[in-house]
Amino acid sequence: MDEIFDVMIIGAGAAGLTAGIYTSRGKLSTLILNEGAIGGQMVLTNEVANYPGVEKTTGYHIASVMKKQAKDFGCKIKSNIKIDEYHLTEPVKKVKLADGREFRAYSVIMAPGGRPRSLNIPGEDKFKGTGISYCATCDGEFFTDKEIVVVGGGNSALEEAVALTNFATKVTIVHQFDHFQAFEHAVEEARNNPRIEFVMESSLTAFRGDQKLEAVTIKNLKTGETYDYPVQGAFIFIGYLPNTESLRGLVDMNSAGEIIVSPSMQTSEEGVFAAGDSIVKRYRQITTAVADGTIAALSAAEHVAGVKKKLQEAVLTPA
Amino acid sequence: MAMLQTGLQEIETAEELKNVINEYENVMVCCGRMGPMCIPVYEAMEELEEERENVKFFTMAFDSPESDIIKGDPACAGFMGLPFTMYYKNGKTAHATSSIQSMDQIKTVLDEKFGK
Repeated sequence: MDEIFDVMIIGAGAAGLTAGIYTSRGKLSTLILNEGAIGGQMVLTNEVANYPGVEKTTGYHIASVMKKQAKDFGCKIKSNIKIDEYHLTEPVKKVKLADGREFRAYSVIMAPGGRPRSLNIPGEDKFKGTGISYCATCDGEFFTDKEIVVVGGGNSALEEAVALTNFATKVTIVHQFDHFQAFEHAVEEARNNPRIEFVMESSLTAFRGDQKLEAVTIKNLKTGETYDYPVQGAFIFIGYLPNTESLRGLVDMNSAGEIIVSPSMQTSEEGVFAAGDSIVKRYRQITTAVADGTIAALSAAEHVAGVKKKLQEAVLTPA
Repeated sequence: MAMLQTGLQEIETAEELKNVINEYENVMVCCGRMGPMCIPVYEAMEELEEERENVKFFTMAFDSPESDIIKGDPACAGFMGLPFTMYYKNGKTAHATSSIQSMDQIKTVLDEKFGK
């Protein structure tokens, strides 16, 4: 508890690790606290082909290299921890873990990322791993020669639906609106695939089955009609939620729970910066998270220098 | 030949798995790939390996035919999500889970099946 870090980073996804690389390379003592697995959403991406300077790689590989880079520069990383309390208003910020440990720093960078949104309907927990999946690349082959539904209307939903036709005999995309949010090329590819059917303006209200998934209940949002639709599998791609619940009331957020930041990634609290998928922004890519993390790190470094200068002046100035 | 790049020891043959679960009282084996649903489980196991001396932690490659011993375990019937995570006590299957699991979920099973 005696040590005061220059920078404490919450989260070890693309934004958090990048910030850690920059601050630790800048000789700032840096601690990353991570509640989940290192790499965050980045490791959910099996193939990365548009990361500048890298022809083709995996999200896991990028995450592993980033972690090594940060550690090699002296950054300390503690993962799979649980944070209980934040104290962010004083010049020295404090974080208390569930196990009682406390850590202090002159500056905090919030990069808690996001998590896949779930439907929260009856049967979802019961059939997770036995019919419901959130990763086509991982589990697609288990659905060979089966009929499945894909829930969602964004790029992930449509691209994964097309990929799943390599295994399933029929893929039904269920989407709540009458149009898709995905890029046009993804929509076109799905529409041209003879194995894909569409159920628009509809949502799932339940997963049904005994030992395994046997049907989903679909509600037509226009007519209110509900009916059971026989399937053996369901893939859910309905976006992400920011991991910011524990930060409510501590920094300003929008109605979606995304942290509001200035162009320098400064939050509403002095000395607290934010970066990555948890901030208000339009595009969520590894590259944008890396950029956010860089800006947050440089801004935090400037803030820490200012705090230390003030502390030094206070010591030198006679009372 | 090892197929998984983790900090855990990888079991490469069915024979090796049988030996391990007979040799140690409490064994956890994560059978998967280097994919997004499996990696978080490996990472949790790597951390738990340091604090749980009463449990031995291993991986096994899902794509190796040697892991058919896990895929064919009755406890895995109906599993449709990677990884298949196995908990063995005194040489017998005590529990199995399918798909990604959080640190809390893994700890709950370890506490329940192997004790704290």
